[in-house]
Amino acid sequence: MKNAVNWRPYVAGALVGVLATFSVIVSTKFLGKTQYLGASTTFVRAAGFVEQAVDPEHVKKNPYFLKEKIKIDWQFMMIVGIFIGALAASIIDGSFKLEAVPPVWRERFGGSVALRAVGAVLGGIVAMFGARLADGCPSGHGLSGLMQLSVSGFIALACFFGAGVLMAGLVYRRKGGAR
Amino acid sequence: MSEHWLGLITGIFFGALLQQGRVLRFEKQVGAMLLKDMTIMKFMMSAIIVGMVGVHLAVAFGLAQLGPKATQIGANVVGGLLFGLGWAVMGFCPGTSVGALAEGRWHAVFAIFGMMAGAAIYAEAYPHLEKNLLALGNLGKITLPGVMGMSPWAVIPIVGLVFILCFVVFEKKGL
Repeated sequence: MKNAVNWRPYVAGALVGVLATFSVIVSTKFLGKTQYLGASTTFVRAAGFVEQAVDPEHVKKNPYFLKEKIKIDWQFMMIVGIFIGALAASIIDGSFKLEAVPPVWRERFGGSVALRAVGAVLGGIVAMFGARLADGCPSGHGLSGLMQLSVSGFIALACFFGAGVLMAGLVYRRKGGAR
Repeated sequence: MSEHWLGLITGIFFGALLQQGRVLRFEKQVGAMLLKDMTIMKFMMSAIIVGMVGVHLAVAFGLAQLGPKATQIGANVVGGLLFGLGWAVMGFCPGTSVGALAEGRWHAVFAIFGMMAGAAIYAEAYPHLEKNLLALGNLGKITLPGVMGMSPWAVIPIVGLVFILCFVVFEKKGL
């Protein structure tokens, strides 16, 4: 490979390390509680809000919703921020692009939006069930967990990636080797 | 400053950096799992190297507390493996799905719907898992330095060095 090193992921990643450091210091100082980056608990709260609108009694009785508390908190707003930050950055550098089906998926399964939707919904259900069972996702266990040298982070990240490699091989590689 | 504003501002920076690192894209996520494009690994491991030093410095100066998640071997392993299986098909993780949507990859809404459904299903399953799978191999909030009986400052350089060696391999192989 004669290509020059693409520093983009390294620089952006290192800056996330700086952001995480600032974030733990600032949240400790202003909120009295150290906040670590994470994302998957917000999906529990979002699901809780939807269910609350339909059947508030059911949500009130569920031990998991009681444990995680259905509220707009630091992490919920951080997820809103991710949307704003990614939207602004992609518009500023012109990389914003409307896309109905990702190219890698299209190559393997064709351009059907319905098929992509089925894959994403089923994948999403299994992934989020797993993330809540494991108590974190690649942000909470991966980034924040490893930054703290947490044993759970190393175990979870290895399982995320191990199973991901296995499944991606089954799903996206065509039989008979090279694509 | 309020909790909400602090979260929002942190997220705006996080989202912009995820976007600039180009890790929000389906092809980058799946590319890593196909061992063809290690962009997301480069991004995550760079963040961990810097954050590991930063967070432990902040803790050493009394400016923050560590808050590691509990190690529950049964739940971490089974949940982690399930996550991986779903992640490969979905092509996003929870944080990146929202950013991908913002980048115009609107098919990420399906992933977001799926994950909300998965969270709702887990909430129903939780009472049944609490006493068995979640209690299996529960070792509490342990860290690597704690288990090894070492200072974090002895473990940090080792993890950092291993990650940098990975970077060298990625770049040599053009991943």
